[in-house]
Amino acid sequence: MGEAGKVIAGGTEVVIYLKTRRISPKYLIDISDLKELEYIKENEEFLSVGSLSTHSTIEKSPLIKKRAHILGDSASQIGTIQIRNMGTIGGNLANASPAADTATPLLALGASLELMGTSGKRVVPIETFFIHVNKTILQSNELLTEIQIPYPPPNTGAAFMKIGRRAAHDLSIVNVATTVTVTEDVCKNICIALGSVAPTPIRAKKAEAFLKEKTLEKATIKKASEIALEEIQPISDVRASANYRKEVSKVLVRMTIQKAIDEIER
Amino acid sequence: MKLKGDIMIKQKIQFVLNGKSVEVAVKPNTTLVDVLRYQLKLTGTKRGCDRGNCGACTVLLDGKSVYSCLILAPKVNNREVLTIEGLGEPGNLHPLQEAFMEHNAVQCGFCTPGMLLSAKALLDDTPHPTKKEVKTAISGNLCRCTGYIQIIEAILDAAERNAKKGR
Repeated sequence: MGEAGKVIAGGTEVVIYLKTRRISPKYLIDISDLKELEYIKENEEFLSVGSLSTHSTIEKSPLIKKRAHILGDSASQIGTIQIRNMGTIGGNLANASPAADTATPLLALGASLELMGTSGKRVVPIETFFIHVNKTILQSNELLTEIQIPYPPPNTGAAFMKIGRRAAHDLSIVNVATTVTVTEDVCKNICIALGSVAPTPIRAKKAEAFLKEKTLEKATIKKASEIALEEIQPISDVRASANYRKEVSKVLVRMTIQKAIDEIER
Repeated sequence: MKLKGDIMIKQKIQFVLNGKSVEVAVKPNTTLVDVLRYQLKLTGTKRGCDRGNCGACTVLLDGKSVYSCLILAPKVNNREVLTIEGLGEPGNLHPLQEAFMEHNAVQCGFCTPGMLLSAKALLDDTPHPTKKEVKTAISGNLCRCTGYIQIIEAILDAAERNAKKGR
């Protein structure tokens, strides 16, 4: 069907797009009955999450809690219970909202995405998946089928934090996910991902590079949060101004790093 | 959604509605709330914002609370839907409905069907919820009259009564 078709899963975005005439595809392809895409399982190298897993399933999954708790933390803060019962992780990613709450934890965890097409399958790092607002590398003959989350090395901590206007039913003004690996007080690896501050969810690579091989003291973390500011281009919209987003980004970067470190020490 | 040069053909769907099997021919672009209200004449389910914000259209799909305004009707084929009409009936109210009446948890009534179904989904899953869990459970349902307090008290009271009955 090519461009005339639009894939629909949970429908929490697509049905609204149809009602508001933001899209008017000739055909809808409802994949929500593909039960084989609804699973969460452990493999040797990574945790596999089927793309049709709902936010509710992810939020409550003991495997996610054990292996990738920041993904569960983010899923639990999406929309409302009704939205979480309907919406899927694959839909959240493929919709490619800059504010997609599951994107930042997956970026911080270094996840890969399995895309299945009529001409075969490919596995791509999530970093290369998002192109622009509502645009991904997914071709019209491809489906996002699986999210693969590698297991973090020992001494790794992780944190996800989101600021919205209120707790329930709101999109992120800013969300940040951070994973950090510390050996003998030295930062061996760090991933800082930010959402809703650029056309796509992004990594703060300059801040990450600055922190590598350093001792994570308060002043160093503060400096890194300021470096992260150079890497984002937030806009002003109905939810917040660009300046507010910058301030909040700085605070959330600092707080998620600290929270991730505290988790290792516990 | 009108298709140029195309006729949108109705398709038959079959699902269990409030415990009974029903069959209905629907246009694939119709939402569940509209099928319930306009085709099946079950007007207990309210159509509020029609954008998945207000929660008035909440129904249970296979036991889970969902917004029926965001569900295209063919999706419920072979599945189970519970609307407010299936929760209790005059003379045999559901404990949640009794509690809502006793606590004055109803004013204009528009949000009530959705509130009750969200509350039922909560108690089915968590028979003894905390106040915080109750608040979270109804956070996807807006009420513009009561201020929520009576609703929260009613749900907690219904849970307590269930516990006493050993349910």
